[in-house]
Amino acid sequence: MGPIYLDNNATTQCDPKVVEAMLPYFTEQFGNPSSMHSFGNKVGMAIKKSRAQIQALIGAEHDSEVIFTSCGTESDSTAILSALRGQPDRREIITSTVEHPAVLSLAEHLEKEGYTVHRIKVDSRGRIDLDEYRSKLSANVAVASFMWANNETGTIFPVEEMAEMAHEAGVMFHTDAVQAVGKVPLDLKHSKIDMLSISGHKLHAPKGVGVMYLKRSTRFRPLLRGGHQERGRRAGTENVPAIVGLGVAAELALEHMQFENTAVRRMRDQLQAGILAQVPNAFATGDVENRLPNTANIAFEYIEGEAILLLLNKEGIAASSGSACTSGSLEPSHVMRAMGIPYTAAHGTVRFSLSRHTRDCEIERVIQAVPPIVARLRKLSPYWDGDKPKADPEQAFAPTYA
Amino acid sequence: MWDYSEKVKEHFYNPRNAGPLDGANGIGDVGSISCGDALRLMLKVEPESERILDAHFQTFGCGSAIASSSALTEMIKGMTLDEALEVSNQDIADFLDGLPPEKMHCSVMGREALQAAVANYRGEEWSDDHEEGALICKCFAIDAVMIEDTIRANNLSTVEDVTNYTKAGGGCAACHEGIEEILGKVLAEKGEAFDPTAKAEPAPAMGNLARIRKIEQTIEMIRPNLQRDHGDIDLIDIDGKNIYVALKGACMGCQMEAVTLGGVQQKLIEALGEFVKVVPVGAHKHAPAGAALTEA
Repeated sequence: MGPIYLDNNATTQCDPKVVEAMLPYFTEQFGNPSSMHSFGNKVGMAIKKSRAQIQALIGAEHDSEVIFTSCGTESDSTAILSALRGQPDRREIITSTVEHPAVLSLAEHLEKEGYTVHRIKVDSRGRIDLDEYRSKLSANVAVASFMWANNETGTIFPVEEMAEMAHEAGVMFHTDAVQAVGKVPLDLKHSKIDMLSISGHKLHAPKGVGVMYLKRSTRFRPLLRGGHQERGRRAGTENVPAIVGLGVAAELALEHMQFENTAVRRMRDQLQAGILAQVPNAFATGDVENRLPNTANIAFEYIEGEAILLLLNKEGIAASSGSACTSGSLEPSHVMRAMGIPYTAAHGTVRFSLSRHTRDCEIERVIQAVPPIVARLRKLSPYWDGDKPKADPEQAFAPTYA
Repeated sequence: MWDYSEKVKEHFYNPRNAGPLDGANGIGDVGSISCGDALRLMLKVEPESERILDAHFQTFGCGSAIASSSALTEMIKGMTLDEALEVSNQDIADFLDGLPPEKMHCSVMGREALQAAVANYRGEEWSDDHEEGALICKCFAIDAVMIEDTIRANNLSTVEDVTNYTKAGGGCAACHEGIEEILGKVLAEKGEAFDPTAKAEPAPAMGNLARIRKIEQTIEMIRPNLQRDHGDIDLIDIDGKNIYVALKGACMGCQMEAVTLGGVQQKLIEALGEFVKVVPVGAHKHAPAGAALTEA
């Protein structure tokens, strides 16, 4: 029995077809795409092809709207900083409380530099408060930045609607779509989204390549200046093998879009139902009716996530957790806290994220493995008594802060 | 994935003394649910001798929290309460062959549970004086609260000061931005601004001789541990940041050699408050590479 990988929101396996397409660009096709000779020319054509493949996946109107970057984080920083530099009189940004650190840490830093950051809250199912969002849109706002889908719960934000609202108020809109691209059909030419971030390794392309989509005529200021690569909008010699790989990955993602939303969704639903049917005091977090087809985030009350992951790992199962301990921080996941999940459950959240490589037999194995692991840790828990929580658990165990 | 020692993993996978303890007469509940680690330690103490007859635990927490709890119960069984109170968090970490810096607080929690349980047995109030902040310096496991308190207590104003007083920032230096931020915050309370060009107070300097003595003392303190396992260690030479040692007896060629040397290095770094490198001789400058082989 091989290991089971259910951590595809962290990163995915490079598709073998992607690897195959990349290999020549490490060997015979080594030219610099900027060069005039034939070595460079062929490589330049390969980048052009990749750009078109990505354009097709995201439904962009022009291929020149696709800018290659090094990763999703770079795309996020490029988009937000460009909006600020391009509109120096606008000193506010709007985002949510549940964004990825790629956006939240940047926002926190901008706050120290004197910008005002509005963080729109979510409800207990992770849904954005659209009224609060609307109330913050004004001529002082440089950019509104919201993730398309949440990396921890898979919850989908109505970004197309939010982009319309931003546009009516004359505000630029950026979305971090690294989790959504490849799992949710996109049609950017018919949306008001100005900028969008993609990360290659989330859709079976290699690490170290990303894309920033920039709608034509959106005011733009580059993060990196230098050579004329990417029409001067992102200087630096192109990571050609990875760009070629990302193009192939985009094509494969488009081919598998249906599969992702039927077969993968069905396996995810079976996994969640199978676990919840056997394990008491457990629940799925996020907006379960409106989330990515591959993600199930389950909170196991009264135990801690890292301990669950270590025992899962021993069974050859890879997942991830929102507990404080897995990140070395003092607080559990900011996403769980934003949804008001109590500490005794937030620390025990486990995210299972599937991919098109996941198999039914693997799901069955995980459904069998999880209940005994949870039971074993609950036996150690001061909140637990036999086969149920202690009566009034928060009273039964109320430790002194240490 | 954390770099847990085999012993941490073993105690996590097979925790000793887990679950409620009938007839417990000393109970300590400590930890923080917001941080995700909390522990109930239960002791059965013989009143005449104050000897710990049995110890059990229940833990809500991560792998190293469960392993630290398990280790603690094993260590203190059979001790008197006074002996048990001598167990430090470093002893718990050492028992487990070390913990990652982010996880040292698990061992601190173990020690505090012990204090709380003893206080509970003796009918005393136990209050915790230690507040934990976000981990700033990962090389020396120093948190924000410790740095902030030290800055206040000693009127510090530079990163170098903070390093001299707390060791924070004395390793890889990646946390200097974080330290500057804390300095800025504390200085602002006094209406002062952080000045990155300010000169540090002269460091509590250690002369060459004092430094050599400190290194010798530290090695001497480590030796009994190695001798217990039929090994030993000799200090050979000191050359700037490089400290040359020779492992002897059972330590020689032991599979755990790298772990042992890492532990020695950590102890020396802590004692000296500066980064040093422990270099085993044999394969290095003091002996030709083939020498050890010929002897074997």
